[in-house]
Amino acid sequence: MTFFEKLGSVDRRWIFLFIAVAVTIPLLTGRSAPVIPSPIVQHLFDAIDALPPGSRVLLSLDFGPSTVPENLPMASAVARHCLKKNLALYVITIWATGPPIINTLMNDVIRADFPDKVYGVDYVNLGYKVGNQGVIQALNTDFKGQYTMDAGLGKDLAPQPTSRIAMMKPIGGLRDFQFIVPIGSGFPGVKEWVQFGGDVSGVDVGGGVTAVEAPLLYPYYPQQLSGLMGGLLGAAEYEAALTQAYPEFGESAKVALVRMFPQTVAHLVIVGFVVLGNIAFFAAKRRARKR
Amino acid sequence: MKRGIPIAITFLVGISLVIAFFVPHAPFDSLDRHIPEYFNIIAAFAFVLGGGNLLRVHLTRITRRDHEWAYSIVTVVGFLLMMIAGLIKIGQTETGTGINLKADLADPALFFNWLYDGIFVPCQATMFSLLAFFVASASYRAFRAKTPEATILLVAAFVVLVGRTPVGQWLTGWVPPPFDQYLHIPNLSAWIMSIPNLAGQRTIQIGIALGIISNSLRLILGIERSHLGGD
Repeated sequence: MTFFEKLGSVDRRWIFLFIAVAVTIPLLTGRSAPVIPSPIVQHLFDAIDALPPGSRVLLSLDFGPSTVPENLPMASAVARHCLKKNLALYVITIWATGPPIINTLMNDVIRADFPDKVYGVDYVNLGYKVGNQGVIQALNTDFKGQYTMDAGLGKDLAPQPTSRIAMMKPIGGLRDFQFIVPIGSGFPGVKEWVQFGGDVSGVDVGGGVTAVEAPLLYPYYPQQLSGLMGGLLGAAEYEAALTQAYPEFGESAKVALVRMFPQTVAHLVIVGFVVLGNIAFFAAKRRARKR
Repeated sequence: MKRGIPIAITFLVGISLVIAFFVPHAPFDSLDRHIPEYFNIIAAFAFVLGGGNLLRVHLTRITRRDHEWAYSIVTVVGFLLMMIAGLIKIGQTETGTGINLKADLADPALFFNWLYDGIFVPCQATMFSLLAFFVASASYRAFRAKTPEATILLVAAFVVLVGRTPVGQWLTGWVPPPFDQYLHIPNLSAWIMSIPNLAGQRTIQIGIALGIISNSLRLILGIERSHLGGD
């Protein structure tokens, strides 16, 4: 077997090893990657940044633990941005796996970075509601009917009727929000929020999805979708825009930017293997022609 | 009768909702407002139905010793354990470990959350992380410039892979305007996503939408009856 033939049939375990090393070492360094926001992410950032203080933003975390590394930095960046801009933040989920993720957002981002913000006045956790896109459709006309109770803050604050929560008073339906930000990784997700939420209520929608789902959402941009964060890069771009506009946010607001470094190295390793595979393929083809 | 009533209900509800969408006046506007609430109630019952169905399918496989029946034991045990832990809220109470029906489900002291954080989260994260290894291995084997079509796919994949990282910026950030619009890799990657990808996706979505409309009409008019268990 020639060198090129060997190159063309590398054992997959070597590839696995290279990927493991390519991800682990950069991850351990903790370095962040320099990222410039793309227009589609910058539009989302600008749309939220342009909202006047007091505007109501609905943030829906429609994903499970498997995509937390991609999706949670998006949700964290949007939550930080909204609270920094003094917007009223309503957090919900239409995924059964969503409530623990909301708790993480509440404890690790909102309560940790904004201790002066008041639950029920500046932000609220409305928890999970079963019904997929049916919930979105019902929220259009009867928001409080769907959410008669909030989800509270775990041990620190028990669930209470939403009629007692100040920031729930002006909410009748989705049209009472100024912006909807779904962060999703499948069905129901951003697409359903556009089709059943934004299009019906007339409220602007802009969100974030995993990298594999992003190409499916491009047809909705820019008319039905104000902007989109696609995968970890999308989250990193939003963080870059946020930390550039508000430098007071420290390293804790650069989660995706730090994770972009291992992803970059992993992409380069994959590109390297693709190039090697093609060199081997053409060498073998040339050799066969000579014979 | 067994088929006639469901078909009549489907027809009446379907036609009413189509009218409600185009005629936002009484009595149709209230239909549009209330029927989604019924949908949510039915969806909640579907959880119970889904759970019952899952148990039925896997218990049958276990009792029949079907192919890979041992995995069904894991499914049934996992399902029952998670459901019981969530329903009766086993966990740390003020007097020690026990049942605390008044506890909030978000309480980290609950066994339910221990199962979620300790088993469910790592299992899902592991399964998703494995994709990185398989994508790398599959790309190495599949992305070969064997035909012109495969070469186009290869070049597009290369541009998007590099364009989705800061490397694209490092490699071609020096390209001056107006050439940067097409020679700058991140711009090229964005062009692939927003022009050829968008055209393809939009075509597929329009096709799917037309398919949904025709299938919905077949259901409403009672032409499509397979959901009733017939032909």
